[in-house]
Amino acid sequence: MEMLEKLSSYMQYEFVQNALIVGVLIALCSSLLGVTLVLKRFSFIGDGLSHVAFGAMAVAGIVGLTNEMILVLPITVIAAVVLLATGQNAKIKGDASLAMLSVASLGIGYLLLNVFSSSGNVSGDVCTTLFGSTSILTLSKFDVWLCIAMSIIVILVFIFFYNRIFAVTFDETFTTATGTKASLYNLLIAVITAVIIVLAMNLVGSLLISALVIFPALSAMRVFKSFKSVVICSAAVSVICSLTGILVSILWSTPVGSTIVAIDIVVFIVFALIGRKGK
Amino acid sequence: MAQLICDDVTLGYEGKTVTEHLSFSVNAGDYLCIVGENGAGKSTLIKALLGLKSPMSGSISTGDGLKAREIGYLPQQTEVQKDFPACVREIVMSGLLNKCGLRPFYSKEQKALAEKQMERMNITSLSKRCYRELSGGQQQRVLLARALCAAEKMLLLDEPVAGLDPKVTKEMYELINKLNREDGITVIMVSHDISAAVKYASHILHISHTPLFFGTKEDYIKTDIGRTFTENTGGGVDGNA
Repeated sequence: MEMLEKLSSYMQYEFVQNALIVGVLIALCSSLLGVTLVLKRFSFIGDGLSHVAFGAMAVAGIVGLTNEMILVLPITVIAAVVLLATGQNAKIKGDASLAMLSVASLGIGYLLLNVFSSSGNVSGDVCTTLFGSTSILTLSKFDVWLCIAMSIIVILVFIFFYNRIFAVTFDETFTTATGTKASLYNLLIAVITAVIIVLAMNLVGSLLISALVIFPALSAMRVFKSFKSVVICSAAVSVICSLTGILVSILWSTPVGSTIVAIDIVVFIVFALIGRKGK
Repeated sequence: MAQLICDDVTLGYEGKTVTEHLSFSVNAGDYLCIVGENGAGKSTLIKALLGLKSPMSGSISTGDGLKAREIGYLPQQTEVQKDFPACVREIVMSGLLNKCGLRPFYSKEQKALAEKQMERMNITSLSKRCYRELSGGQQQRVLLARALCAAEKMLLLDEPVAGLDPKVTKEMYELINKLNREDGITVIMVSHDISAAVKYASHILHISHTPLFFGTKEDYIKTDIGRTFTENTGGGVDGNA
């Protein structure tokens, strides 16, 4: 009872409402894309791109941009396109180029922050970006609206291109051979992946984004057997986990990102057990 | 006029020639079997026929009412597909995509077409089953139904019996044969299995780095190369020709 009272008193605050809105939307979007990314063997793209975004953020901070998004979003989108759209033709294969880009941006980003930063608490800033520890609770009005707008776009694109995304994920060669431009849809998937990741950095930070992308999808795949049911279940799991995670973190003052990830892991284990029983 | 014409085609990767001077044509209702050792350029040829890769020289053209993107393709299984969560109906319907134009979803008529193709492949009862739980032969029939959704005039089959046991292999060959004989679908099949090629196909293309043979099956059996291979594989003619 006491907990509920505490919770409802927190709910009055605008920053808590904002955190919940943004959390739910990001969880929804990342899980939709997550199914495709996991099946395309791009589970690590979230990790890689978020490190790129971290590097871009460091640069934006040094240049002194008041709104980092202007720089971070385009750079991440470009990185995503390079990684996902070049596919099998690249000279350096998928996982290697991803790893390279990922550690390079992380390293350079941290270096730049240390050398040029005006802030007295570099390691604190870095920790916030990496683990998103408080940024979800300090969202500005602009952040919230940007997130709502982007999420609506991502969800609409996903619904509108659902059949095409399925076909491209299941069999790129067949889809191209029968006259659908698979490369175009790969590009689309790359761009929305980048958008989601940049948005999700506010929620869980750079290091834990992969969890949002892969855990709900993997959990759903343990139990469900058609693509549609996996997508729907994954979205539901993701939203519920993130919502619970944010509430728990507010009640017990745990870090938001890692709390959500911990809940995602528990749900995955439960689903894996159910899936095993079903066999 | 032929449905598919290859005129002095050279194929290769990054300037390295895999196979050259390839000339053949496929007419409506033909059953062409492409045979050759590994590395002879069979899969490169498939990519070229599907328009996924342009030849280094020469030309590949379609005619007789067949458009370039109207070849139904049965690919080999990929790693990704082995644990892909999708039900049979979803996969078969994905073959309809090229009929959608700009519409985001499938129409009633298109869904009916998918049902028809599933019936034709005798997989209607499996339509809600998960693809990864099916047997190899069932999976191939699902992919064949998808190919038929995409194109009804010509099928290009890449090693359709790879990994299937002898009984299912025979059923698969009979099914393909039926599509060719009874429904008049042109079939191009890439295969290692020369004895089956000789048994079912109407034409044979035997490729190595240069084409070794193109012509009807009857002529192929009479050539030295045809004889060597049919004898090596235990001969599959058995009067079934």
